[in-house]
Parts: sequence; structure tokens; C-alpha cells
Amino acid sequence: MAKHRGRGVATINYPIGMNLGGDPSQALVHSNPTGKFTVALSSIDLGQGMKSVTRQICAETLGVPVEDVYVDTADSDTGPHCMGSFASRGTHRVGNAVMAAAREARAVMMEAAAEELEVDPGDLETDGRGAIQVKGAPHRSISVRDVAIAAQFKQGKTISGRGIFLVPLSDVNPETGEMSPATCYAHACLIAEVEVDDETGEVTVLKMTSAYELGRAINPKLVEQQLVGGTWMGMSHALYETPEPYYPDTREGPRDFNEYLMPGPGDICPHDIAVLERPAPDGPFGAKGPGEMCANPVLPAVANAIFNAVGVRIDELPITPEKILRALKARGGAAGAALPRAR
Amino acid sequence: MLELRKDIFADERDDNLKEVGKPTQRQDMLGHVTGTSAYYDDHRFANLLHLKILRSPHAHARIRSIDDAAAARAPGVKRIIRGADVPVNLNTLLSLIQFGKDDEPSLATDVVRYKGEPVVAVVATSERAALEALALIRVSYEPLPAVFDVEEALKPGAVSVNAAYPKNTFEYYNKYDHQKLRFGDADAAFAQADIVLDERYQMSPIEHAPTETNGSIAVPDTNGRFIVYTSTQALFFSLDTAAKINAMPSNQLHFIGGTVGGGFGGKVDTLTEPLAILAARLTGAPVRHRLSRHEEMQFGSPRGGERIYIKDGIMRDGRIIARKVRAYFDSGAYTRLSSYAAVKCAAHIPGPYTIPNVSADVYCVYTNRTPATAMRGFGVTALDFGLECQMDKGAVAVGMDPLEYRMLNAYRDGDMKAHRREAKNCALIECAQVAAEKASWPLRDEFRRMSSRTGGGVQRAGGGADRTRAPAPAPAPATRPAPVTPQRVSYERPAAAPAQSAPPPPPRTPSPPPAVQPAGSTHGAPRFSSVFGTRRR
Repeated sequence: MAKHRGRGVATINYPIGMNLGGDPSQALVHSNPTGKFTVALSSIDLGQGMKSVTRQICAETLGVPVEDVYVDTADSDTGPHCMGSFASRGTHRVGNAVMAAAREARAVMMEAAAEELEVDPGDLETDGRGAIQVKGAPHRSISVRDVAIAAQFKQGKTISGRGIFLVPLSDVNPETGEMSPATCYAHACLIAEVEVDDETGEVTVLKMTSAYELGRAINPKLVEQQLVGGTWMGMSHALYETPEPYYPDTREGPRDFNEYLMPGPGDICPHDIAVLERPAPDGPFGAKGPGEMCANPVLPAVANAIFNAVGVRIDELPITPEKILRALKARGGAAGAALPRAR
Repeated sequence: MLELRKDIFADERDDNLKEVGKPTQRQDMLGHVTGTSAYYDDHRFANLLHLKILRSPHAHARIRSIDDAAAARAPGVKRIIRGADVPVNLNTLLSLIQFGKDDEPSLATDVVRYKGEPVVAVVATSERAALEALALIRVSYEPLPAVFDVEEALKPGAVSVNAAYPKNTFEYYNKYDHQKLRFGDADAAFAQADIVLDERYQMSPIEHAPTETNGSIAVPDTNGRFIVYTSTQALFFSLDTAAKINAMPSNQLHFIGGTVGGGFGGKVDTLTEPLAILAARLTGAPVRHRLSRHEEMQFGSPRGGERIYIKDGIMRDGRIIARKVRAYFDSGAYTRLSSYAAVKCAAHIPGPYTIPNVSADVYCVYTNRTPATAMRGFGVTALDFGLECQMDKGAVAVGMDPLEYRMLNAYRDGDMKAHRREAKNCALIECAQVAAEKASWPLRDEFRRMSSRTGGGVQRAGGGADRTRAPAPAPAPATRPAPVTPQRVSYERPAAAPAQSAPPPPPRTPSPPPAVQPAGSTHGAPRFSSVFGTRRR
């Protein structure tokens, strides 16, 4: 009777946005009379941070500080259509819509500033700190606040913009499956290290190491939040959860969190993450999105680590102690992964 | 712990940005940490009514009769709602994008198709009054045989589950009972393969388990409009679905969402809004319809339980020359979104690898189980589990390191994918290299030098034109002894893995050298917290 350690790996990719496209999102951006901007969306922030991601995209595009942008979400009377928060589409689809709207608003803002400074709009730049200045002559500048006041009360201009992003719906060939499912893909490699007790069948996840390629991490803290949370979900899926323990039999289903087994904080392992950024040609600042994918590599990596530790393959989830013990018994005990094979 | 590897792909990015890329505190942080962010259920209304659902106790049964007379007279009950009261009782979620037939009633009228299917709704002055009234409703059922297993459901003579799809499969293109993918000639390639690996994988249908259960409050507004506070993940999706079921113009509905207590895909189905709105119309009062934890666990849609068969044809040098996949998505009794997931699954086959011969058949199957729905990684999570376990087995079968086996077969820029689109913007190899470096996973030199940006192209996967041709940058396979236990790192014995490891990785300019992690040193590794440190107990 012993505890056995093993490592397992998985490499995956993940399509960004609804499969086949056809899933538009819109955004409206406007300035109030003192140069503070509102982004109006019907999109939903589920906690993943869409409000913050779109806020940073809007501020970057407008050339104003992030504090001067507020993102208002989830109201069907004021926010234009969005397909929804699913399919890892928030950053990519909604981010692009916000970027388009912010570009249009910025063009009006620069025109209004040019009129005030009596220069050509093409000679102006934003400093990102709330001012607009002549390129190469930063002393000739005007604040975004003064531009907004002038646009509203003097020039009669609306500093506002509309944006939509749509990946056109792809056909599918019924015979071959030829299709355009997605315009960009995120990538990951995850290595899980586990310890398996061959007496109890218990699996302890000791450590995870991963590399995620996400196009552009618009906000690295929010990326980390997604990746850590997703890892927990993947580990839970691999080892703990099922509402139907005797699937496909529907009996014996849990009714609450006392009966539905999930790992607690003490079961979480250290996770060492690297983020790579290969920008997506059609992503906002190259961004793809880490939303769904981060649970995916954990399941097989844990299963493969268990094999590496004790030499049994559990191909049915969740990998419970019962399944491991039965497999060990059938195999005649635990041993490492030395399994030559034949055709 | 998160490290940004800005050194990789730096030539493809403009990093001269002011706001993007910064770890700015989230806009809603203060509200979240001070408990002032408003959820749908934080809205308070005088005279709020409560809607509760009587659910089927049978997995499959004909409804002979429903007697709700006693419930209608019960204290506090304002209204009983039956299927006949719902303006458009039959709906399917993806009808909004013209995909599939209306197949699911808001309230069952003649047949119930899963345990927990809504049959009658009671609207009362309190949840307790509504629940007590539910207990007074008498439904006479004639139980019918049921089918629970996806492959049983496809056998001739199997019980027919869903009236819109009598053969128990979603219909694709009015023509096929499944989604096909055909690339190259998989069967011919299997005949040439040195090793054929045929395996079966079964997923577990997990629960979304959101902290906040599904729910909504519908409130009569002025001028015939209704405000709906909701936990939905997709505001207009839910609004348009509710408008269709209630046969209302969409601009009579004002949906307000916002802070959501966890979605993960389980709040797209619009489970509560349509009946809450109908009840508000019928009573003229605000109505709340929220699932209890028990309902959320047992009758809120779970992730589907996919079953996936994967067959690989592999050459001794590690190249996969054929992959065949047969996947069954357990949709439960109704379609919801599983038909979409099956197509997404087909698009994802054969995973992030360049394989010249691929064949797949993906079925969306009806069973007498709780309808499944979207969940994080919909259509892909299950496949990735199967594929990556399969890759591990393939590596063992050819005696290769499992990570190098993946990198050898990884897709690169310019490769042709099985759905006949060129691969671009690939980065699987680089992820493998960085993860290996961080975890001190030994990779040989040629694998450390590999790149997603070079060596790709049609010659590596020509749609079966030359099934067995070596990938351009494949390391010379014949000269390499295949280690029998390539990946095993023994923790009981002196560390074996570093002994067979390649020389240290070439220095990558701005990054620190990887920390060498002694194999046995993580025993009893510190956890984030030991407060709840009782695993599985």
C-alpha cells in the first residue's frame, strides 16, 4: 500500500465565439457634456469581467484614461443587441463592437478638438491622460472635458459612436462538414501532478503548470481569475462532480451542496501559469478570450497523471476512488505506466 | 501565479498601449466586495407573487387528467397556469436563429418526457402557499417505457422520446440524423497504419451549480409593458424567447439583468422568464419565479453526458495518419442547445492536430433524461477529454514522450484542417514548450526548436493525397530508440526522468532560466488553505 505520484499533460485549442459565427454584438459609446464616456451594452457580465475588459478597450481606443469610461450593461431599453455571454465570445465579439463604437466617437472628438485648436484633425493626438494635443507641439493642447463642452454647447456635435461586430454565418456542407467554425483559436498546454493512494483510491492534485496563448491579455488579473477558476472547475469535473452518479440511471441524484461533491479550498493546488500572446488578426488589440477553455485541459491531464502514477486508465468521468480501486484490482495492483503495446 | 511571456510572438504585437494589458481593478469590484451589487432578486416589490412548478414524477408518461380544483381554492393562490394558458406553448431555443423545430412545451399537456418536466404552475402570495397548493393537485399518469442510454435510444424499436424527432436524433439539413465530417480516406489509412487504437470515453453530466439559482421577477409597468429582472446570460435571447412564448411584441418587454451569481451556460435556457411574465399578465401583479436549489440541481439542465469513440491509425514514428470519431450527445428529452454543440464538436475534430484522414459522425440523441444544455466548453470539453486521453495512449503505444508526441502532430500555420480551412495563428507548440520549461518536463532539442510558424503547409495534411508522407519537420524517427516508459517520473526511486533529459533549454532572451524542480520535493506541498482541507469527506 503506497502513494504513487504521476504527471500528465494535455494540449488543447479552443474556438472563439459561436460556432459558425452569425452572432452579432452591438455597442454605443457617448460622452456626457464634461467629457466622461458611457458605453451602453445589453451584454451581461457574468462575473468574468466583461465590463472591465470592454472599459479598457474603450479607453484605449478613445485615448482617454480608463477612469473616464463607465460601462453600463444588461438593459434591453438602453443597450443595443448582443447575442449573449457564452461561447467565449465576450472579449472578442463585444470587445470589437466597443472598439468600433469608440473609434467613431473618437473621430468626432478629434474633429471638435481640431475646431477649437484651429488645426487639422489629422495633426492631433490623445495623450491618454485626458488631453488632446498637436503632434510634436504638446503645449498646444485642449482637455477632453473642454472639447466635450465645446462640442455640446458651441459646435452642436454629439461625441458618440455606434459599433457592431459580426462574423458572417458559415454554411456547413452536410456531406463533408466543410465549414468556417471560428476565426481564431486560443491554445493551452497543462501539466498536472497527482498523488494516488492505492489503498483508498484517493487522488490528490499536487500541482499544475500551464501555458495559455490568448491573443492578448486585455487585463492579466482578470485572465488569472478565469484560469484559476476554470482549473478548479476542470479538477472538480475530473474527480468529483456528477448529478447522476449512476448515469444514465437518473436516480440517486444530489439535491444540494451537501450531497453534490465538489472540491473545497483545501483541495486546490498551486497553479503556475504562463500567458502567451499571439494576436488574433480580428481580435480587439489581438485578444481572443480565456473564458471556457481553461477547464478543458485539466480533465485529461489529471486522467493521464493518474495513469502515469498507477498505470490504470479511467475513461469514464468522474474518476472516483471506487473506479480507481476497481481498475487497480482488475490490473493486479498499482505500477507505473510501462505498457508496451501491439497492433 | 501568472507570468506574461511577452518575449514570445513579440514581433506580431504592438505593446505600446496605455490601458490594454494593465491589471486595472475591475469596474464593479467595490460593489462586489461591499455586497452592494444588485442581483435580480435584490429588487423588492409590494404584493409580490410567487410561482412554483408541479413537476412530473415520471421519466415518461401520458397525462390522463389533471385535477387542480382544490389547489385553485387553496389559501393565497391567485392563479393556476396550465399548458393551454400559454400562448405559444411549444418552443425551441434556437428557433431564434432558425435552427431546429419547436419541440419543448413550457408546461406539458399530453405527455411528460423526463422526471421533473413542468406540468402545472401555481401563483400564490407566498412560496409556501404555492408549494402547499402544488401538493393538492392530482395528476393521473399512465407510465410509458423510457430510454436513458444514448446508444439504446438509437436501436431499432427504441422508445420514441420527442414527438418532433420521432427517431430520437436531431435532423441535420433535413437529411441526416447526425453531423458528418469527412476529410481524406480514414478507412484506407487504417489499413496502412502500424498501430490502430480504438477507445471509448464517457463524460459525466455535471451541474452548473451556480451560487445564485435561475430566476426572474416580472413586474407590470405602465402602458402595457413589463419590466423583467433576470439572471439570464443572454438578455435579448431571453427577451425574444419570452416574447415568442407569450405572443407579445418584443418592445413590450424591458429586460434588466446585471450582476449574475454564476452562469457557466446554465442561464441561457430562459427557464423562468416566460412563465413569470405570463403570470404577471394574468394577475396584474409582480411575480417571482426562482428555482430552489433542489430544482436547480435536479431539473435545471445539466451538461450533457457525451459518449465518444475514437479510433486512431498511427505510424511507428508517431505520426497519426487517421482518426475516426463517433460521438453521441445526450440531449435529454428536448433539444435546447445540444444540436448546436454537436456541430461545434464536429468542427473541433480531430483536435489541434494535423491528421490527413479524418472521419466523424456526431449525433444529438434524445433520451428520457433532464434536457442537457450549454456549459462551459460546450461541444468541446468532452471531446478534449477523449482526444487528450487518446493522445496519451497513442504516445505509450509508439513509445514516445506524450508531450513530444503531441508536438509532432500539432497543427501549424498553413496546415489544412479537417473542416477544410487553413490553420493560422497557431500556438500549440509554443504553449507546450513553455509549460514543459516551467514544469521541468524534458524535451529534446528538436522539439524545443519547433515553431508553429514554420514547417506547416499542405504537404503535412493534403486531405489524403499522400496519407503516409512524413511531416516536413519530423525528427528522424528511425534513429531514435523509443523509450519504453518515456514519461514516468518515479517518486519512490531516485529521480529517473532528469537522467534521460536533454541539455538545458536554450536561453530565451528576457526570461529567467526555468526553476529546476526536484522531482520529489513537492510532497506535502503547501495548499492555498488548510481550513477546509478535508478532501472527499
